[in-house]
Amino acid sequence: MTTRYTKDHEWVRLDGDIATIGISKYAAEQLGDVVYAELPAAGKSFGQGDDMAVVESAKTASDVYAPLSGEIVEGNAAIAGENWQIINDEPEAGGWFVKLKVANKSEFEALMDEAAYVDYVKGL
Amino acid sequence: MDEAGSPKKLPLDALWRARTSKFGDFAGYDMPLQFEGLIPEHMWTRQHAGLFDVSHMGPCFFALPKGHGLEGEHAHKKIASLIERLVPADIQGLKPGQVRYTMITNADGGVLDDLMIARPAEPGAAGDLYIVVNAGCKHQDWALIEDATKGEANLVRADDRCLLALQGPKAREVAAAVIDPALAEMSFMSVKRYDAFGRLTVTRSGYTGEDGYEILVRAEHATELANALLAHAEVKPVGLGARDSLRLEAGLCLYGHDLDPTTSPIEADLAWTIQKRRREAADFPGAKRILREYELGAPRKRVGIRPNDRAPAREGVEIVKDGKTIGIVTSGGFSPVLNGPISMGYVDAAYAEPGTGLELMIRGQARAATVTPLPFVPHQYHRPKKGA
Repeated sequence: MTTRYTKDHEWVRLDGDIATIGISKYAAEQLGDVVYAELPAAGKSFGQGDDMAVVESAKTASDVYAPLSGEIVEGNAAIAGENWQIINDEPEAGGWFVKLKVANKSEFEALMDEAAYVDYVKGL
Repeated sequence: MDEAGSPKKLPLDALWRARTSKFGDFAGYDMPLQFEGLIPEHMWTRQHAGLFDVSHMGPCFFALPKGHGLEGEHAHKKIASLIERLVPADIQGLKPGQVRYTMITNADGGVLDDLMIARPAEPGAAGDLYIVVNAGCKHQDWALIEDATKGEANLVRADDRCLLALQGPKAREVAAAVIDPALAEMSFMSVKRYDAFGRLTVTRSGYTGEDGYEILVRAEHATELANALLAHAEVKPVGLGARDSLRLEAGLCLYGHDLDPTTSPIEADLAWTIQKRRREAADFPGAKRILREYELGAPRKRVGIRPNDRAPAREGVEIVKDGKTIGIVTSGGFSPVLNGPISMGYVDAAYAEPGTGLELMIRGQARAATVTPLPFVPHQYHRPKKGA
């Protein structure tokens, strides 16, 4: 399945019209040990680029933006259950944040693919 | 900053860059922020010994002019009386080798900086003071000191040297082994010079709540000293990130955040830094407000706050009680030792009692929290038993 990325270091994987969203390995490394995260409730709708979730390390608090517009269908129970370590351990797998029912699939195609994101991060 | 506007490099820049790439501009200096990780560095300092480069700070020597003709106690009283024009602490009363924490106050009783003032232990240095001010305030402070004492004393900057802090329960053992066995016997808040690594000015002090030392070393000997300390199995380098979480757990103020020109030392719960002689003389800047608040209490007070849930409340978070704003968070984050969020802030005096319930407005949501005694984590300073 194709993973696409935003400039704000969210990743998205699309399965039908359900997007799984998290923060990239690069973002997790920059952040350091996660000590708190807050996920939106199921049923909440977001426009592309809206503040959607919060992730905090000892160092700082960061907003997580909705990479696509749509409605939240599910939050990661591990994160909701305060197992924030999973965000550092498996940022692009078990550490996903939310699943979102996408409103407009063309938004997904416009995001960076992995090669473009790797290049983007190299330039930071 | 240099003329091009880019941050200054530390004398030990190359040594730190070989160990980390995480640097950040702090008060115009390119400082190492993190090595192994904020939490592991923090815990290492609490359990072993952390080495911090704090050469961005403002160490200086403040001395009577050559040929002042005064000796011993008289020379000290003279230089101390000059600096007392700016600070409310009893500096004249310092014993040889004693260090005091104090503040430069303004005419309104607000704090312009917090600093350390030391009276050298060596008889030959009578009439000198060793002063360390904050990085972000040093140019202001030095100008204030020079203006207030023009022609009566000389201020010699020492910020071309390195200031290294060695902090943690193993600092004593390490310092004794690497520098001089006599360091083990220094008491907390004392100063002494050592003929090692050139010549060192060492205070037993710090900004972590742990036992430890702050060591002023000439730049040409700094690499040798840092390498000797880092070669010890109990020592790891620690960045400014962990320095901040350590001082917050220890309940220590960060200037520009927990202290500023509007905050009085009494509001900041630092009344203990104003000794009786100065309170009676009432002869320091802002004495009117500060002494009024000393007698009657300040309208607001710095307190520790523990959020009841896991969300950190950082600087700027509003503090609310029964729908009314009663204060603001001035420092906040995560405590690795308590494994949860901690904050410091100012609240109306009526809500300053430990155990008081209040609410923190985090991202528009009120979250329950409790006023907590400071420090969050007990201090571990080295204080030999006192006779009197």
